Amino acid sequence: MIKLISRRILQGILILIGVSFITFLLSFALPADPARMLAGKSATPETIASIRHELGLDKPMYYQYGRYLWGLLHGDMGRSYAQKTAVTELIKSRLPATIKLTLAGILIELLIAIPLGVMAALHKNRWSDRAVMLLSFLGVSAPQFALGLILLYVFGYKWSILPLGGYGTPAHIVLPALTLGISGAGWYARIIRSSMVEVLGQQYIRTAKAKGISKSRVVLKHALKNAMLPVVSMIGLDIGVFMSGIVVVESVFDWPGIGQLTWQAIQIIDIPVIIGVVTVSAIAIVLGNLLADLIYPVFDPRIKYQ
Amino acid sequence: MIFSNKLTSGQKKFIRKFLHNKVALFSLAIIGIVMIAAIFAPLIAPYNPARQFINGLTTSGMPKGPGHQFKLGADLLGRDLLTRLIFGARVSMLIGIVANGVAVLLGTLLGTLAGYHQKKIGTAIMRFTDLMMAFPALLLAIALTSILRPSMWIVALVIALVNWVQIARVIYAQVMTIRANEFIEAAIAVGASTRRIIFRHVLPHLIPTLLVYGTLGISTTVLLESTLSFLGVGVQPPTPSWGGIINESQTYFLDAPWLVFFPGLAILLTSLAFNLLGDALRDCFGHEGGNVA
Repeated sequence: MIKLISRRILQGILILIGVSFITFLLSFALPADPARMLAGKSATPETIASIRHELGLDKPMYYQYGRYLWGLLHGDMGRSYAQKTAVTELIKSRLPATIKLTLAGILIELLIAIPLGVMAALHKNRWSDRAVMLLSFLGVSAPQFALGLILLYVFGYKWSILPLGGYGTPAHIVLPALTLGISGAGWYARIIRSSMVEVLGQQYIRTAKAKGISKSRVVLKHALKNAMLPVVSMIGLDIGVFMSGIVVVESVFDWPGIGQLTWQAIQIIDIPVIIGVVTVSAIAIVLGNLLADLIYPVFDPRIKYQ
Repeated sequence: MIFSNKLTSGQKKFIRKFLHNKVALFSLAIIGIVMIAAIFAPLIAPYNPARQFINGLTTSGMPKGPGHQFKLGADLLGRDLLTRLIFGARVSMLIGIVANGVAVLLGTLLGTLAGYHQKKIGTAIMRFTDLMMAFPALLLAIALTSILRPSMWIVALVIALVNWVQIARVIYAQVMTIRANEFIEAAIAVGASTRRIIFRHVLPHLIPTLLVYGTLGISTTVLLESTLSFLGVGVQPPTPSWGGIINESQTYFLDAPWLVFFPGLAILLTSLAFNLLGDALRDCFGHEGGNVA
């Protein structure tokens, strides 16, 4: 078991090294000249040359990569072109807002997906099952930005019961979290449905029913608990999907997190910030996958690492 | 054989199943409408997409809502929204088909290679897909398009570069199973070349999977393109794209909600149609992907 865990961790580290190489290529090997971008439009060739030297751009590639990796290990991801502040600081200051929104989004997603998935599984192949499946396709196919703007229009403007974007009170988080939750719920409802269908066919469910336990108790206590197992690891694996959603939703609702930072960076082509966000999300994804792998046997003791 | 003119019983069964699937026919109809709009845009659209109508704006300079002259309303420059949506279908379909086509091609090539040569090449390719999976698709696409400067073909290329990974992994798993079959062993035993084995014995079995994932992939691509255009790193104005129209209208949308609603609906219906069609194809092929070759 320890052997397997250490192998997984080693794999994670190898992937992170690969990630750093790709983000290095993105930051330094592509057309946009970082020295020129950092110096600004009116810079003299001498200034550019000195920045070039300072960044180590006049050195060979392997040296540059070593320097980049060394910086990355110390939490240095370069400076923003626009704000001249360290990318790490920018991301750090935005992280709490994004984490809050992500957790709220996952909560809403599960609140929608679990009842729908369970209902569909219990009424397998009947019209309510088909309706849930159609709904889930709608959720998966809806563009998040349009969904967000329409929710904003209806709840924020037409009925004005919720704020038109921004940050601060609990009311501010409702619409962005709802947008994230609705678009993710479709996929999760499908997973919960198929997991539930499988569990309901198991012998221990039949035994529980035969013992005369009430139907709701069988469904909630015996079946749902087991059917949720794949969902636990899915959430760990889905951090990448959430990160994509975060960029869109935060830019629609002016939510001051990493997504909005990315959107602002896109508008002025602030490449170090964009790549910083890519790096941080890649790290989050690798850690999320690792966590999903490691946590699974805790929830499901039947699975032992071999 | 898939290339002969006579249909096998498996293929006949597939067609019969497909024609009885109402969802499949419904989604095919929507896709047909979007395709026709895209191909014949200049003939169907009521106006020129770039033309700015003075009477498209109210006296206070706000875009006019849906009405007699502008069926779905006008945008903030007084251009006809319906016309721009019809031309926007071109961008969505072109990128949807080209980008996804390249992704499927790349994914099939690398997935087949990895699944067939499981040793060094296979391991290298699959470890690379592991690495790619560590990047969120949208963020990687944003980084690539902002560095390379967005244009229609760059967007298509970037989406292909981001999306091939999933297909490669699915194909890899399938090729591994096919490779373990006795008929492959037999083909090797009679001295067939690797190229012949892959083209004659492996690829035909992949066709159902490719059709299903190829269709589902267009849905993902349409959504990704519109998201990139909405964020400003996709197709650049003045070329009308559905995501771009919503991006341009953001500041006005509380007063002109049709500028978000109709393009949003167009994206939703197109993406939904490809999703439903892909799912219906999977049903018709049977759960394991089946074998119609």
